[in-house]
Amino acid sequence: MATSATRSEVAPRSTPRRRQFSVTPYLFILPHLVLFTLYLGYPFFYGLYISLFQFDYLRPERTLFVGVQNYLSLFTPGSVEYQTFWNALGNTLEFVLYSVPLLVVLPLGLAVLLNTKLPGRNIFRAIYFAPWVLSVSVVGLLWWWIFQSQGGLINYYLDALNLPEPRWLSSLPWAWVAIVVATIWWTVGFNMIILLAALQDIPGHLYEAGAIDGATGWQMFWRITLPLLRPILLFIVVISIIASFNLFGQPYIMTGGNPQTPSGGGGTEAVMMRIYDEGFRRSRQGSAAAMSFVVATLMIIVSYANFRLLRQREE
Amino acid sequence: MTMSSRRRASTILTYVLLVLVALLFLLPMFWMLSTSLKPETEWFTRSIRWFPQRPTLENYAQIFESAQTPIARWFFNSFAIASAVTVLTLVLDALAAYAYARMDFPGRRLLFALLLATLFLPGMMFLVPNFLTTFRLGLLNNYIGVILPPLAGVFGVFFLTQFFQTIPKELEEAAVIDGASAWQTFLFVALPLARPALATLAIITFLTSWNEFLWPLLILQRVELLTLPPALATLQSSYSSEYGLTMAGAVIAAVPVLVIYIVLQRYIVQSVATTGLKG
Repeated sequence: MATSATRSEVAPRSTPRRRQFSVTPYLFILPHLVLFTLYLGYPFFYGLYISLFQFDYLRPERTLFVGVQNYLSLFTPGSVEYQTFWNALGNTLEFVLYSVPLLVVLPLGLAVLLNTKLPGRNIFRAIYFAPWVLSVSVVGLLWWWIFQSQGGLINYYLDALNLPEPRWLSSLPWAWVAIVVATIWWTVGFNMIILLAALQDIPGHLYEAGAIDGATGWQMFWRITLPLLRPILLFIVVISIIASFNLFGQPYIMTGGNPQTPSGGGGTEAVMMRIYDEGFRRSRQGSAAAMSFVVATLMIIVSYANFRLLRQREE
Repeated sequence: MTMSSRRRASTILTYVLLVLVALLFLLPMFWMLSTSLKPETEWFTRSIRWFPQRPTLENYAQIFESAQTPIARWFFNSFAIASAVTVLTLVLDALAAYAYARMDFPGRRLLFALLLATLFLPGMMFLVPNFLTTFRLGLLNNYIGVILPPLAGVFGVFFLTQFFQTIPKELEEAAVIDGASAWQTFLFVALPLARPALATLAIITFLTSWNEFLWPLLILQRVELLTLPPALATLQSSYSSEYGLTMAGAVIAAVPVLVIYIVLQRYIVQSVATTGLKG
């Protein structure tokens, strides 16, 4: 009796309200939407627009519409931008090539190692992940010191073992080795945590069935673990490629983009450093915007290709 | 017998491996701390010493005292900016996520799809135009110029939307029947239930903001306004081969996040495992 009374009281009030246009939801989303529009929506178009100009924010009176010239000069051998841009993009692709396989295989190894019921497992997991919470500048400074030719740890131990002591931070390919080592140390734990969570989701009875059929641990890894991990491995590959494309802080701190190569351009200059230099040191924001759109397009294509490739193999 | 002894051998081998790998992660951090506590005479020695012979805080004292490297100010800047970003992210994202998860309004699907689409766009595309926007708004060399852009991010909105969708609707419906407004339902029913998700988002946002390098490097050009990550690059160039000093600076930037990590380790690891947020 009481319930039906309440219902009849409430119904006429709430039904028409639900049909009416209400401004409330928009008030909820508005604060985020305003900032989203300002810093993620509008700049997408504004970036494209500005890339069609010769533009320096400190000298707006010299703004000049140049059409696709900023893009063209990136593809014109002999232009000022051509050499340095492709040098930096080539460096970045090399870094992606060195770092991504390691950022997939090493975390997988660590995750498998940790995927046991041994006591203390969580402590090791916490230690392996710890560097990820540090800033890139802490990580960069730390490895910059360790890789110093004078007083650095690595060369001290190489000397003790009578091994050659490269000038890590100022010669190639050693500077890349240093940057890759620092990067792996910094981010390997992140991928490991994701893979470990995926490993723990694999039902134990699959391994029990495998063991009954006489499969060795190695066989079970290839036949059970890897196939089941494929979707998450794909995710790891894609996020690692994106992260490696964005390489900036490690070479900025550790090498400053040096050593200079004979053909011109920094031997460890990443493409993000090139964009930074073009846009904020040389103050050519139009050209820098064009560069970032070219690189971003390339990143999207590479991620998509990977996605398709690994998806196909799965089918 | 052989089975159990073989199993024991493999357990020992696993532990040896685990410990060796753990050393690879811990020793570099220990070396940073140890160097920061060494007097100048011990920075370069013929044989490496893992522990300072004469531990001292003089490196810390020097960077705290030098007007060239106002590290206390940098620490404050980092703390203020990371705190503001965290609080505002929670407010904006919770409000938006609640509407996207629970309210039906024209344009909801379209807007949500738009947000989703930006997740696939590389951040570097926004660097130049957002710098120019910040300049036009007169926010260069201003904390607000550093605080606003990360608030536009969509990760938190997705994360909280997913969480709100897992809360049973009955609780909110009961509140509405009792005459609560949408605002009251959000504030007194949904938000308290979302506390674990809000905590996770808060931790991740704070860490990310504290560690942000490139954006503050662009926006904050006056030394006293810098946050710690770009400031460390300044420190490095002012004390180029004075490694005790640079390592002291690195330790100061690292300690707050490491303390947060040690205290909230389970939370942080769990949230990375479940959200797999972008690196």
